[in-house]
Amino acid sequence: METNVLEVHNLRTSFYTDDGEVKAVDGVSFTLPKGKTLGIVGESGSGKSITALSILQLLASNGKIIDGEIRFKGENLIGYSDRKMRDIRGNAISMIFQEPMTSLNPVFTIGQQISESLIKHQKLSKRDALLKSVDLLKLVGIPSPEARVRNYPYELSGGMRQRVMIAMALACDPEILIADEPTTALDVTIQAQILQLIKELQHRLGMSVVFITHDLGVVAETCDYVAVMYAGQVVEYSDVFTIFKEPKHPYTIGLLNSLPRHDMEQDKLEPIRGNVPNVRDMPIGCRFSPRCPAATDLCRAELPELSKDDKGNDVRCWIYSDNWDGEMEVNVYGEKRIAQGRGVKAVFSD
Amino acid sequence: MAKYIVRRLLQTIPVLIGVSILVFSLMHLIPGDAAQIMAGEAASEESVEQIREKLGLNKPKPVQYFNYVSNAIQGDLGNSIRSGRPVVDEIKGRFWVTAELAVYATILAVFLGLIAGIISAVRHYTWSDVSIMVVALFGLSMPNFWLGLLLIQWFAVGVDFLPIPDFLMMRPSGWGDSWRQILLPVITLGTSGAAIIARMTRASMLEVIDQDYIRTARAKGLSEKIVIYRHALKNALIPVVTVVGLEFGAFLGGAVITETIFAINGMGRLTIAAITERDFPVVQGTVLVISLLFVFVNMLVDISYRMLNKRIDLS
Ligand SMILES: Nc1ncnc2c1ncn2[C@@H]1O[C@H](COP(=O)(O)OP(=O)(O)OP(=O)(O)O)[C@@H](O)[C@H]1O
Ligand SMILES: [Mg+2]
Repeated sequence: METNVLEVHNLRTSFYTDDGEVKAVDGVSFTLPKGKTLGIVGESGSGKSITALSILQLLASNGKIIDGEIRFKGENLIGYSDRKMRDIRGNAISMIFQEPMTSLNPVFTIGQQISESLIKHQKLSKRDALLKSVDLLKLVGIPSPEARVRNYPYELSGGMRQRVMIAMALACDPEILIADEPTTALDVTIQAQILQLIKELQHRLGMSVVFITHDLGVVAETCDYVAVMYAGQVVEYSDVFTIFKEPKHPYTIGLLNSLPRHDMEQDKLEPIRGNVPNVRDMPIGCRFSPRCPAATDLCRAELPELSKDDKGNDVRCWIYSDNWDGEMEVNVYGEKRIAQGRGVKAVFSD
Repeated sequence: MAKYIVRRLLQTIPVLIGVSILVFSLMHLIPGDAAQIMAGEAASEESVEQIREKLGLNKPKPVQYFNYVSNAIQGDLGNSIRSGRPVVDEIKGRFWVTAELAVYATILAVFLGLIAGIISAVRHYTWSDVSIMVVALFGLSMPNFWLGLLLIQWFAVGVDFLPIPDFLMMRPSGWGDSWRQILLPVITLGTSGAAIIARMTRASMLEVIDQDYIRTARAKGLSEKIVIYRHALKNALIPVVTVVGLEFGAFLGGAVITETIFAINGMGRLTIAAITERDFPVVQGTVLVISLLFVFVNMLVDISYRMLNKRIDLS
């Protein structure tokens, strides 16, 4: 049986600012089976990075996890002492950040920076750590790694720096690699290379990967499971096939609909109208209800729960609940969904 | 880098020319006849003429300037009117006293300033941060002469813990035999610098702690100690180096009050004495030396900042 290396249940993370509490993550649940890749998708500001930082407990000092469970191989990381967390960070779980240009320390060499986690977690000597750093740079495809270990970050391009970040993350053979939009800051050609590299390394090293992106194309290529986030919440979680073939949440349907596709005619291309709600002024009901073409009074009044269907996929939408108060046949962005209790099979209009 | 150093050296040339013109003009900017002023009001026409002759004041100004500069380059700054000794010799003895005072004051300022700044930053917005910053604000706003007098009152006169220093008795390049003699003047001079360095260190640390690469360091599982003292501090110190250099320059030129209060025979006191005695060649000499030192220290600061910052600049 498949084991889950990471299970997140109902995570809530808030920031306390001068203007009050910002609920950046407010109900995130997903599971990551061992050796698989989970994609987290969602618009900018939907809480993807904060979810990732919460897992490693690397939040800014004004941020706090206020509820939920983060189970790594069954053990809840929330409540771990800082000391125990430090043994996990960079060791069992490591992370690549969204900002390759600023994520390396400008005053230390590449070699010094990669060596650090090796010295800390694998108790290598300085010399051995530097030798292994060279191997790691070779692994991530950096030419003449023997010379590069002595370079400072400013001597490397953005793509090279992101490779260094990957090498650093892989240093201690992590069980989970969290890659937070590792390619957004890079050129398109380099983006493809970095994605390819992560995929390759995952197969070679057998890691589980959390892949954060807002690019559905990347998800289709790299992920086994997908969690779709909207306004701090997971609104849909499924295997990648289901997400693309039978998306359920109107937001997911809208996202896919706005994606240019070659396999079908796009006469019914319809964008998602309106804007992402302000973190300080969330709708009372379903967070997507102000933009949802199928929203009813129920949607606007009450927040739906994330609940499982018969295939074990999760969706946070009233349409698929027993309480649905709208039409039985719902039109969402040109696609029909039949509201008949949970686990409904999507019916595609032709 | 070598190119930068050469360029920075070349840049000091116009500054040096400007300084020399200003110092030279000191003699001519004062209203009235410099020779007359130096000789004093009661002096005879004859002795005024003598001084004029001696200083070359009867020659055309450009010639005078040229002579002044070429002499200065050869290490001849003229002779003191009062003592008749070469100005260079007058300054030499005093210079090391001031330099030593400035060095110790800088060491004190760096030591106290860094510790206070780091503690403040690491515990920012806590009670210790607030109190350190209040003390720093005091140190910054306390005038030197006031602090010096207070220290003498508390430690030398009141408690008899430290002797009132008698620097007039000291070897020109030394500090006598006891650290206790040097302590009060060093505190007096160094306190404001310590306060400035503390504030700078704190601000710089707070900025660095929010950087992405600090999060990266934490993500490696490093302890908070290593994150702060290795990753953050090394970056935070770069702008502090500049402040330390500038403070040192300021101590060299700005020890006048401290030297006067503690009767230390340094350059500052020499300048004051020369001014009151209208010994213009000595005034010119000390102003020139202090200005040159300042230009030189500034240049070193710029070059070292550039060296440290090279890694950041280009990214
Ligand atoms: N330190 C903080 N203080 C206050 N609010 C914060 C802080 N960090 C993040 N937030 C807020 O949390 C929300 C989620 O941010 P997050 O960085 O997770 O978005 P994201 O989904 O990663 O977006 P992007 O695609 O742009 O990276 C945002 O509204 C952001 O303003
Ligand atoms: Mg992000």
